[in-house]
Amino acid sequence: MSLLEQIGKLKEEALGELAEASGAKEIEAWRIRYLGKKSRLNDILRGLSNLLLDERKEVGAGANRLKAELEKSLSQKEQALSRKQIESAGEEYLDVSLPGRSLPVGRLHPVTQVIDEMSQIFISMGFQALEGPEVEWDYYNFEALNIPKEHPARDTMATLWVDYETDGGDRPMLLRTHTSPMQIRVMEKAQPPLRVVVPGKVYRYEATDATHIPMFFQIEGFAIDKNITMADLKGTLYEFSRRFFGRDRKVRFRCDYFPFVEPGVEMAIECAVCKGSGCRLCSNSGWIEILGAGMVHPKVLERVNIDPEVYSGFAFGMGIERIPMLRYGIDDIRLFYGSDLRFLRQF
Amino acid sequence: MKVPLKWLKEYVDINLPPAEIARRLTMAGTEVSLQSLGGESWRGVVIGEIVAVEVHPNADRLRLVTVNLGVEEQTVVCGAPNLTAGDKIAFASVGTELIDGYSGKKAILKPAKIRGVTSCGMVCSEKELGISDSHEGIMVLPPEAPPGKPLADFLAEIVLDLEVTPNRPDLLSVIGVAREVAALTNQPLTLPEVEYEEPGSPIEEQVSVTIVDPDLCPRYCASLINGIKIGESPEWLKQRLLACGMRPINNIVDATNYVMLEYGQPLHGFDFDRIKGGKISVRRATKDEAIVTLDDAERKLDSNTLVIADSERVVAIAGVMGGANSEVSERTTSILLESANFNPASIHYTSHGLRLVSEASIRFERSIRPELTEPALKRATQLIIELAGGEAAKGIIDVYPGKKEQKKIRLRAGEVERLLGVKFSTEQIKDTLISLGFKAEKTTGEAEFIITSPYWRSDISIEADLVEEVARVIGYDAIPMTMLSSSLPQQDPEPMLDFKKEVKQVLAGYGFQEIIGYSLTSREVLEKALACTPLEPPPIRLSNTMTVDQEYLRTSLRGNLLTALATNLRHEEGAIRLFELGRIYLPRNNDLPEEPEYLCGIMSSEIEKAWPNQPQYLDFFSVKGVVESLLAKPGVSAGFKESNDSGMYPGRQAAVVVDKDELGVVGELNPKVAEAFDISQPVYLFEIDLSKLLPHTIGYKLYKPIARFPAVMRDIALVVDAKVTHRQVLEIIKGFPLVEKITLFDVYTGKQVPAGKKSLAYRISFQSKEHTLTDKEVDKVQQQILDKLADKLGAVLRA
Repeated sequence: MSLLEQIGKLKEEALGELAEASGAKEIEAWRIRYLGKKSRLNDILRGLSNLLLDERKEVGAGANRLKAELEKSLSQKEQALSRKQIESAGEEYLDVSLPGRSLPVGRLHPVTQVIDEMSQIFISMGFQALEGPEVEWDYYNFEALNIPKEHPARDTMATLWVDYETDGGDRPMLLRTHTSPMQIRVMEKAQPPLRVVVPGKVYRYEATDATHIPMFFQIEGFAIDKNITMADLKGTLYEFSRRFFGRDRKVRFRCDYFPFVEPGVEMAIECAVCKGSGCRLCSNSGWIEILGAGMVHPKVLERVNIDPEVYSGFAFGMGIERIPMLRYGIDDIRLFYGSDLRFLRQF
Repeated sequence: MKVPLKWLKEYVDINLPPAEIARRLTMAGTEVSLQSLGGESWRGVVIGEIVAVEVHPNADRLRLVTVNLGVEEQTVVCGAPNLTAGDKIAFASVGTELIDGYSGKKAILKPAKIRGVTSCGMVCSEKELGISDSHEGIMVLPPEAPPGKPLADFLAEIVLDLEVTPNRPDLLSVIGVAREVAALTNQPLTLPEVEYEEPGSPIEEQVSVTIVDPDLCPRYCASLINGIKIGESPEWLKQRLLACGMRPINNIVDATNYVMLEYGQPLHGFDFDRIKGGKISVRRATKDEAIVTLDDAERKLDSNTLVIADSERVVAIAGVMGGANSEVSERTTSILLESANFNPASIHYTSHGLRLVSEASIRFERSIRPELTEPALKRATQLIIELAGGEAAKGIIDVYPGKKEQKKIRLRAGEVERLLGVKFSTEQIKDTLISLGFKAEKTTGEAEFIITSPYWRSDISIEADLVEEVARVIGYDAIPMTMLSSSLPQQDPEPMLDFKKEVKQVLAGYGFQEIIGYSLTSREVLEKALACTPLEPPPIRLSNTMTVDQEYLRTSLRGNLLTALATNLRHEEGAIRLFELGRIYLPRNNDLPEEPEYLCGIMSSEIEKAWPNQPQYLDFFSVKGVVESLLAKPGVSAGFKESNDSGMYPGRQAAVVVDKDELGVVGELNPKVAEAFDISQPVYLFEIDLSKLLPHTIGYKLYKPIARFPAVMRDIALVVDAKVTHRQVLEIIKGFPLVEKITLFDVYTGKQVPAGKKSLAYRISFQSKEHTLTDKEVDKVQQQILDKLADKLGAVLRA
């Protein structure tokens, strides 16, 4: 049998066998037999160099054609087989209720989340977020905010003092009791128009219990320009409440006193538990106090060389922890800073 | 300030429901809660008379008290010290809802067995009945209280409980509240008429008053009443004091307290026979002076303290508390009644310095007006004569060095509109102020007034104060809501805020839980966490602290994280990854401390046991990988070099270096530190100074074009001395042209390589920007690389 005849026979044999083959194993065996290194076809191809030129051309072409044909058929066969497998896969059993390969999940602290959410609302109204020092001079925390020494308002903000003498004790240093010192720091450096929010830690000299801790967060905000009115204060803070607490939540503005604003304002939202009819959570008032605010006091503006006859503005300050406490029904403020994962993972 | 509604009605007609009065006062600036003393809340409480008091057989401190309840007697166990047979008390039977004296919460009274004796009922303190916060002893009722009657029938009152803000001392009085209510409800005000006989000889002949320090005492008024008889106050007076949360004492003290509550002016009655020389001098104390105050405590005084002295000694701390040496007693027959005005800052200083806060000091430090002294003095004199008899001396003493004209303030209607954003008519503005007692004079200017505030309003000093008065009485609800319409300010972004947010989000994405810890800590925790004494830099100390756990400002976040880890390991099984991003506080000379933002993260090496995850053991490279990935996000490539942080495991730690700046540390925690926090497993930690890192993340890099020609990959395995570092190999390979990327894919020591050697396997990716590389070109560079590695590091290609 000539080599060409052998090639022809080989083709017949190989394609016939391939048609018969049914599993991946049989197909692999077929590939080794007909296309492998030790296959008859490979022998023929390797032996080409021993042939005369004419024959070499003829046989070579035939053998390579066959190789290509077999490879093509193999790939078709494999594709057909894989299609068949996918079609019959539905019959396989996979317990889909078994757990997946999990990736570790980390979360941001609920206070971080709330601060971000609040800041974002004010930023979208043209406010800029800034931060300030937590260790402050008495001047910024009290004096410049119209709370001189021996002012009774100091008693409502029990202060932690730093044991450090500056200028021979003439400049007392403290842990800021509110974020309001940043009103002064910002206005000292920049001229109106100003719209700023300042989130940050504040400190009080207080014994720890379910509603008091010595360190907590506040967010301060203020806007100064010509013709800023209390109507703007009400509108801006209502817009905040509408976005944060929802459009159906009623808001109440009442008169309150803070030495660095005049007139002074307190904003409360309707108690979510009793819908305003009075319950334990709101001490029967139907309202939950959310923030203190007011029109920036003319003396505060004068101190930073902003003319109160020309400019006016409003300021507000809001405790942060209270908000997630109301939102999630948390009854102990200490949980925020106790770092218990069983608590933190819930947010 | 507690104001019984019945009392309030003596000065102003109230034809609105109490809840509406409370609401109007609240909206206008003074939060009010309504308290119903008695009525429903005292259901089950009856008046009882103590028949016998015996010592509890099994407890020295407890008493067995037998109480007559009209129809029956009951014996209960009681711990209060002030029990005497004959006293009338409030008795709660089982099933009554009371306020727990310790927790402050409401609870239903149940039968209890106390040290073997069953007790069915309770003798109540004021706190338990919700009358006041006093829980030191039981509440003793006036003797005429009828045993067996419900307490509510005897004592019921509706009380307005006002949270008075520091600017409104005038509201620390019933008349002040009546004025406010009158203005808010459009009702007239009726003030008490004061009239009494003065049959005695002129007061100047008997008493002399000198104000030595007029800066601290603008006015001192006094009256003298001789021949009084000390006794108990009548029932109506005692009940009013009780309803206001004050304890009745005797007719003189009760009269001064009553007038203080009524007018807001603190008064003090001296036993005149004990005032040496009949001379009163108001002066600063001298350095060595001291006084025993009415509460029996000895108080050391200093030269900033204003005192009332007679010709020999200090008889009272001005405006704060009287002295025991001139106290009114049962034997007192002559009263020198003081009604004075003192400097608010001085009273605040003294009261806080001595930690002695009294009803008087609270009013003085909030700045009440000197005009108030005279009417209050006359009212109290009248009341004392009514209650205790006696004859008033003719006239009063009135030394008034601090007399001032009432300030006049210009109010422009335009300013009201400029601040409130709403226009009120000039009539409305004027009428509102007049209803509050202000005087308004028209000026030549259009829509402009000159306003004189009433003497009791010490808080009004500028135009904005008047604007608030107008707004709060008309109501804040009358002000519309508008959005800011002024021009948007320029912004100068603070990059740290965004950077912190990004870092937190990336770490949460890596499975780290954010924690926030207290900035206040103890020296001990810092020393434990840093394994370092003395601490360098020394932490900043606070001069007043609640507990030693919070005495210092943290200089490291590690303590918080390790404490948190230890806490959570008590109940957590799986791997724990925590981080905190917050400030530390570093002292600076004569300035505020530096407050750099720090990041600290920890990973505990516990194995995750859950199917189908493979157990993961942590090592140095786990935590280093976190830092590398974190820094790669903002495009920072960090170097790591050996470090010797005392809190970290020697030899298993590295300093994080970016452009020669050391920014932090990464590695395994020193097991000694872990042990100090009761952690028994390996802990991996990283700590980075974000304030120092931030500048390295700012700015933009130029874009690098994507390669157009394919890369050629070559794998090489090198055998080198064990001490040769990956970094050394990397530096050499990196230096060759066409090398695009080098990946270490295996590190091997063991049987396959000679002792003291290791094998490092790299995949090098070669690429050209100009053309497709040929094998020949790559072969040439690869050979050069191998030659140089052999030359510099003695590296041999592994067979």
